[in-house]
Amino acid sequence: MVPLWMYLIVAAGMFSIGVYGVLSRRNAVAILMSVELMLNAIIINLVAFWRYVTPTNMSGQAFAAFVFVVAAAEAAIGLAIVLAIYRNRRSTVVEDVNLLKG
Amino acid sequence: MQPFDLAASLGVVAPEIGLTIMAIVVLFLDLQLPDSQRPNLALVTFIGLIATAALYLILWFPVPISTAVAGLGVQEGTYWGGMLRHDALAQIFKVIVLVAGALTALIASGSTGVGRKGEFYLIIIVSSLGGVLLAGAADLIMIFLALETVTIPLYVLAAFRRDDRRSSESGMKYFLFGSFASAILLYGFSLLYGFTGQTSIAAIAEYLGSEPFSANSVPVLIAMVLVVVGFGFKIGAVPFHFWTPDVYEGAPTPVTAFLSVASKAASFAVIARFFVVVFPEGLVLNGQEIASFWVQLASVLAVVSMTLGNAVALAQKNIKRLLAYSSIAQAGYTLIGVAALSAGGQNSIAAIGFYMFMYTFTNLLAFAVVIVFSEATGSENIADLAGLSRRNPWLALTMTIALLSLAGVPPAAGFFGKFFLFQAAVDAGLVWLAIVGVLNAIVALYYYLIVVKIMYVDHGQFEEQVIPVAQPYVWTLAITTLAVLLLGTFAAQPIFDWASQGAAVLFVRGL
Repeated sequence: MVPLWMYLIVAAGMFSIGVYGVLSRRNAVAILMSVELMLNAIIINLVAFWRYVTPTNMSGQAFAAFVFVVAAAEAAIGLAIVLAIYRNRRSTVVEDVNLLKG
Repeated sequence: MQPFDLAASLGVVAPEIGLTIMAIVVLFLDLQLPDSQRPNLALVTFIGLIATAALYLILWFPVPISTAVAGLGVQEGTYWGGMLRHDALAQIFKVIVLVAGALTALIASGSTGVGRKGEFYLIIIVSSLGGVLLAGAADLIMIFLALETVTIPLYVLAAFRRDDRRSSESGMKYFLFGSFASAILLYGFSLLYGFTGQTSIAAIAEYLGSEPFSANSVPVLIAMVLVVVGFGFKIGAVPFHFWTPDVYEGAPTPVTAFLSVASKAASFAVIARFFVVVFPEGLVLNGQEIASFWVQLASVLAVVSMTLGNAVALAQKNIKRLLAYSSIAQAGYTLIGVAALSAGGQNSIAAIGFYMFMYTFTNLLAFAVVIVFSEATGSENIADLAGLSRRNPWLALTMTIALLSLAGVPPAAGFFGKFFLFQAAVDAGLVWLAIVGVLNAIVALYYYLIVVKIMYVDHGQFEEQVIPVAQPYVWTLAITTLAVLLLGTFAAQPIFDWASQGAAVLFVRGL
């Protein structure tokens, strides 16, 4: 059987790719996709931990299911906001969205 | 685990049930009412939220196990399979969130592009529902879900004025930073779950304290840092504050007011509960004391948040940006209380509770004045406040009280807020942190007083144009001003005692 640490390495790698994507991408939709990648890495983590650490207790699976639900809600809201931005400015590149300077 | 008692369990989530019903009622009223009647929804929301808070306090308040009296109240404890705690700590933060939601509905009623839309009130109610859940959450799954129930509606609210470029920009920035922070927080949670095999925070603590785990400190520290980063984003502490000024400036002002108080208060409730329960004082892993690690982390965050927030606030021209940087600094002051949690114990949680209670009223008061002013003049520049004392003396007076309270000057509530926090820090042996806090409060006083000076001394172009204040705003200003003044004088002790009960739950009686 594949040992637990392999799953964790895959998840950590996916999470890191997601973080890199969020920090380096300039398109809002690409950033959104990177965040989804991070959430998927978390789901792998949760399910792997559930299978190897506490296979009798379902809370890990329940946790993973809730992460799915919230990820879907977040994607829906995020795409709606990106759409509103696009209608206003004809661009979804984050650097073009700069009326407010921090 | 206690047997499932439906009546008691329903009582625990009574505010949540009430808010759900209200959300549906507001949605239907929005469909039925003619356009001219829509602003009345603000009143419905206000009364509903206040009534929810009142009923909760009268009927379903938490009763300590030792003093259980037949009749009213629900016995303190953990309900819904370990998901929710019902105790005095949850109670005070639930009331804060409900009051913040109610007053936000009132100040939104006359705001352009917001007040006539029924769905605005609906989303405020849903976000309050998340905050109320978060205050009592005692399980990683529940904390995560409640946190998202607070923030996802806030993304929508920040981008609420779709046709306004600044609002949609603010929504996008909030969404990108917020979802990134949630993912980091969640990764920390997934690691904690993996190391312990538990999702309930009490069970995690029990497992961390047990023998087989005592050799592993590095993974726990990694998980803790990820969780701190995630919460740091939510409360807007430096260095995770990038979104704060832009979102505060661009979002419709009632939304700014709401997200600066409600989501922050609920986040502090869960921070206090999470760190005290999961990483209590005396937890030693591999020879390292875990509590001292997060005390250091919180102290550093507190110092940089206060210093940077106040320093940058000095240079601001826009009143909403000024309040944004001021709120970063306020998060820093509150983090002093978090740093004092492990050694200062009870007093520091009570100080955090009191600070958030008074900060809610103070900030809502300041933002209410900003809304009245910008609706009348269309400007948010500090320079345009010139001569406000002659255009409307009451408005200038209430703004002065709000700013003095934020600065921590005696008759206003902020004085006791800061006093309790610094006292907790000194009790915990963090004297240097209290001194940094006091020094920062002096810097902050400067920029708050500049605004006061502009309102009273400077002369503006339109001094003969009186600024009218609509009826809902008269109420809001009156309620919040009264609360700020009372909390700074007579009500300080009772509210602090109330918050202390919440603290006692965590420290004395245990989970």
